[in-house]
Amino acid sequence: LPLSLSLSLSLSPSPSPSLSLSLSLSPSLSPSLSLSLSLSLSLSPPLSLSLSLFLSLSLQEIMKWNGWGYSDSRFLFNKKGQAEFTGKRYRLSGLILPSLKDWFEGTFGANLQHRSPATPSLNLSAVAPPHLNQPFVEDLKAAGLSVSHDPEDRVFRAHGHCLHEVFALREGRIGRVPDVVVWPSCHNDVEKIVELACKHNVCLIPYGGGTSVSSALECPREETRSIVSLDTSQMNRILWIDEKNLTAHVEAGIIGQDLERQLNERGYCTGHEPDSMEFSSLGGWVATRASGMKKNIYGNIEDLVVHIKMVTPRGVIEKSCLGPRMSTGPDIHHFILGSEGTLGVVTEVTLKIRPVPEYQKYGSVVFPNFQQGVACLREVARQRCAPASIRLMDNEQFQFGHALKPQVSSIFTSFLDGLKKFYITKFKGFDPHHLCVATLLFEGDRGKVLQHEKQVYDIAAKFGGLAAGEDNGQRGYMLTFVIAYLRDLGMDYYVIGESFETSVPWDRVLDLCRNVKERIVRECKERGVQFPPLSTCRVTQTYDAGACVYFYFAFNYRGLSDPVHIYEQVEHAAREEILANGGSLSHHHGVGKLRKEWMKASVSGVGLGMLKSVKEYVDPQNIFGNGNLL
Amino acid sequence: MASRALYSPRHPMLKKRDDFEDILEERRRSSDLRYALRCYTPTLYRGLVPCKASMLKSIVLQSDHLQYVIKQVSSESGESTEGVSEEASLILDEMAHCLQLSTIRFFAFTLSKAFKRLFRSVCVNEEGIQRLQQAVQEHPVVLLPSHRSYMDFLMMSYLLYTYDLPLPVIAAGMDFMSMKFVGEMLRMSGAFFIRRSFGGDKLYWAVFSEYVKTMLRNGYAPIEFFLEGTRSRTCKSLTPKTGLLNIVMEPFFKGELFDVNLVPVSISYERILEESLYARELLGIPKPKESTSGLLKARRVLSEDYGSMYVYFGHPVSVRSLAEGKINRSQYNLLPRYIPQKPSADTHEFLSDAAFRLVRIQEENMVLKPWVLIATLLLQNPDGLDLSSLAEQTDWLRHLALAFGAFLDWPDHEACSEVVSCSLALHRHLLSVSAGHVQLSVTDVPQVETTPEEAVFHQAVVVLSCASYRNQILHVFLRPALLAMAMQSANSNRKDDVYNGFNFLRKVFSNEFILCPGDSVQDFEEACYLLMKRGVLQVLEHEIVMSASGHSTLAFLSSVLDPFLQGYQVVCRYLCEETNENLTEKEFIPAVRSFALKLILAGRLKCYEALSSDLQKNALAAFLRLKAVRKVKVGDQVTLKVNKVAVNSLEDILGGKIPTQKPILARL
Repeated sequence: LPLSLSLSLSLSPSPSPSLSLSLSLSPSLSPSLSLSLSLSLSLSPPLSLSLSLFLSLSLQEIMKWNGWGYSDSRFLFNKKGQAEFTGKRYRLSGLILPSLKDWFEGTFGANLQHRSPATPSLNLSAVAPPHLNQPFVEDLKAAGLSVSHDPEDRVFRAHGHCLHEVFALREGRIGRVPDVVVWPSCHNDVEKIVELACKHNVCLIPYGGGTSVSSALECPREETRSIVSLDTSQMNRILWIDEKNLTAHVEAGIIGQDLERQLNERGYCTGHEPDSMEFSSLGGWVATRASGMKKNIYGNIEDLVVHIKMVTPRGVIEKSCLGPRMSTGPDIHHFILGSEGTLGVVTEVTLKIRPVPEYQKYGSVVFPNFQQGVACLREVARQRCAPASIRLMDNEQFQFGHALKPQVSSIFTSFLDGLKKFYITKFKGFDPHHLCVATLLFEGDRGKVLQHEKQVYDIAAKFGGLAAGEDNGQRGYMLTFVIAYLRDLGMDYYVIGESFETSVPWDRVLDLCRNVKERIVRECKERGVQFPPLSTCRVTQTYDAGACVYFYFAFNYRGLSDPVHIYEQVEHAAREEILANGGSLSHHHGVGKLRKEWMKASVSGVGLGMLKSVKEYVDPQNIFGNGNLL
Repeated sequence: MASRALYSPRHPMLKKRDDFEDILEERRRSSDLRYALRCYTPTLYRGLVPCKASMLKSIVLQSDHLQYVIKQVSSESGESTEGVSEEASLILDEMAHCLQLSTIRFFAFTLSKAFKRLFRSVCVNEEGIQRLQQAVQEHPVVLLPSHRSYMDFLMMSYLLYTYDLPLPVIAAGMDFMSMKFVGEMLRMSGAFFIRRSFGGDKLYWAVFSEYVKTMLRNGYAPIEFFLEGTRSRTCKSLTPKTGLLNIVMEPFFKGELFDVNLVPVSISYERILEESLYARELLGIPKPKESTSGLLKARRVLSEDYGSMYVYFGHPVSVRSLAEGKINRSQYNLLPRYIPQKPSADTHEFLSDAAFRLVRIQEENMVLKPWVLIATLLLQNPDGLDLSSLAEQTDWLRHLALAFGAFLDWPDHEACSEVVSCSLALHRHLLSVSAGHVQLSVTDVPQVETTPEEAVFHQAVVVLSCASYRNQILHVFLRPALLAMAMQSANSNRKDDVYNGFNFLRKVFSNEFILCPGDSVQDFEEACYLLMKRGVLQVLEHEIVMSASGHSTLAFLSSVLDPFLQGYQVVCRYLCEETNENLTEKEFIPAVRSFALKLILAGRLKCYEALSSDLQKNALAAFLRLKAVRKVKVGDQVTLKVNKVAVNSLEDILGGKIPTQKPILARL
């Protein structure tokens, strides 16, 4: 058993940022960790430093190199064939999940005897030697910037978390990777790097948290210049908090959970919680137009930003004041939001902050079928009374969530569960193969939350919804944080999958969900997938005029020679289906290189031309040459 | 799905068709009453939204689409929305079916009796039924039978009942409604009635289309309608209509349904009940209005032998796969889906293309009896044939037809002469046989004296009746026959010249036959391929050469189409000689008919088919399309303006006096 050790220290230098450090390490890793620790300390500016998850330049020490998240946290089937989640970081950590195995085998036709393990460690010889632009590297070093061309550093920053990327890593296949990694520690460093990149004509690819699922971090194959990964992880400080205007000025490399924790310590939050917030960075959110789970209260990233500073090859772009809204022509922020690293590096962002809510409450509602559930969400949106989060899972996803129920501790709970099930299926007559569940999260002061809760449950009752408890609700949200870990488990047993999303007007939600799910099943069959796929969706966000729909798609690939290719073809078909049914190309994942082919159809030729001309003006040399979007 | 293999002209011989089962066999052995009362538990669509016929009405009336149109009509006409709603409700009452199982059981009983008297056998491909069973569960189904007889839809419902499939709702013409009692019976057996023309009536269109779509979306029942729009009086397939096809495809285009299965059904008759009725109608002897008493009089037909009937359920064609790469469904993204949208140009093209292809599938799966071959030969030999030579030529023709992929039902292990004499016996009312010589002729000559005109009409009835059988096989010979004619009139063997001629004929005859627009190159290649395979032609890189043995085949083929060629020439001549400046559209057919009659009486025309109003109508439509004639509206009359130069040159080309050349085509 790996020994886990958790350590936390806190200093308070002026003006007030706190330093906290939480580490989790196993003995085998400790030598290299201490090394990286000292390294990062020596690099960090002496004052107002904040160490956190990303204190280290070598993230791979605590993160998996070929899968999702922390090295210590993973699902596995133990010797008894029971699923468990290792580590100590999550609510599920250390728990046994007794029904996961049956669900897994039943849903995918998978078998615990049939394993498809990953290559245990990175084969360094598979990494091509770096193609260095020596004068550039020397200039960087001369400017005092930390630079590395260590293969592990480079491989780690050469991918996001698309299925094909992770699958290749598990097989030990390494494609084109950046030649150099550079870690700026402040805005000025970035300016220097961009200036040098222009001077020496190298390609810069900004890297934040590495959670992209649009092939955005993949090095373009046709790129012949030296590719430099610009890792923003060291630009992770909250520079100031303005309590009068409720804003915070933050460096863009900060990771979501650190930002939130540090603000919490001051009594504030941004409320921006994308599912990837444990690992994704503020700059990444801006660059992809991210959306947070609680956007109903706090808004999406475009609603949260007050000011953005970005370094481009033309110079720095920013606004002259912090006015809350301006009529000064098209909002220049909107050239930056969603630019996916094609125009420059976001270095500093001023964000709105809110006091930490007094009270939080989960909830859930069971509906007899998906149609009723969607009708209820639509009504909630119409009355503009959506809680911080409201999500509707379809039947398959409800069963999935159920499979993640930990072992119940007492006979009483299991009796209670049985009773609930009996009430819903027998007494209320819900068909267990059609019922679906909405998960809710309320936030605010206690009185209002309770009032709000009643309002929502009353609406739900009109659509045949039954309140189904906090526990179901909370488990629903947990699913989104552990889903990526679950994918890694699947990949150990011949199951591959991924999620994708869209946004669609209300009246088309049902048709889109049904057609896309059906298309996936059909395409799998036609392409020779031997087992029926998991094809499930949930409505994850509501808006006045429509909703965001999220799909999970996974299948057992035993018997297929090129599963990833088949996966990609099916996902492609699913996206075509989404577009044909009035859905958007993306709600918040972005376009990257994965969905580029549909950009023109999505925004019209003229629209694409406008974006291109901006790119041409800002970055004529194509220094930011990651090839995304356009 | 199946549509990927929609049609392959390359290998007609390889086409595999299912075997038939005779459903009457069972009926002759067991009780009809027990059959009519048996337990009926149809296979259902898996996405079925259960709903009663009465609920259907309120769903339609409440629909966003209809509500939108009601408001629109009300604001345009100034009438109150209540008034317009009331109107919509009345339209729906007039239209709606009220399918009842009891009526179906009644029909199951009576039709069993009737079918057993009328037909020797009713043959169904059971594999097709199994495919349909599958299709019905997966997606909403649209049944598209061919339409040759009133029998068609009764038979369809009867069969679906027999095989425990969901009973269809059937789009029927309003003319049935006027038949007292029968109209209501049909309504209760699933027919819903639509007016024949409602061009500009927005409200009617909205009610109608929403009604059909609601049934489709809810999977209420398979929708059945006739692509050809009406019964074909000539037994040639009619140019398909696309209106209803658009309605049933729209729920797929708009994403409301994942897919829709279209099932073409080919219904063929060895002898058509309405045979002479049709011929008379084509000759302008007015059709008796559908009436109950008329139907009762028609009881006489019950005593006759109509041979066998065949129903072939084709492979379900998925609208989704049909539309793949042709319809960009996101064109529907920017308008709320309840707002009616005229189909775009490419949707139109797609619909027409799909309709043509579906009709071609219907044609392909029509069973042809030996008589069809005999009728073809007898028409080509108006003076008759000796039995022995008829048998010999029939056998030759049989092989040719099979080589071209005809679905011929030829009895096994029977001598050709045997087969021929059986066929002649079934159709003896069209023939005279004396001393081993067979000839088409009037058999039941009326005793009263006849004028020469009447005699011509009597003979014409026989010829047109017979032609309706020959027409059944035209689709098999059509493309090679057009090529044969083009070769005859081309002034060289050059491939382009022949192709030009082919293309010209194809254009002229595209109202007459099922020729998919835009398929001319494909059709030409198909024709070349078939004739080459048969050893009639050699197709070189730039030339097409007839082989030594090819003459008889080419001669046969071009004379297959000769009546049409002659008929069109008669129409041309009429248009050139007609002096009336104000010829109205209405006067056109009677005028051409009497013109043709005069020619026949004068002995200048031998072709009785020129008297057919169907041919005359098609010719006019072609000339209008080729801009040799145009319509001008004068007051409330539509008159025809003839471009005599153009018509003249058309006639010359058709007559082979001048070869087809591009400049002339361009001028047309």
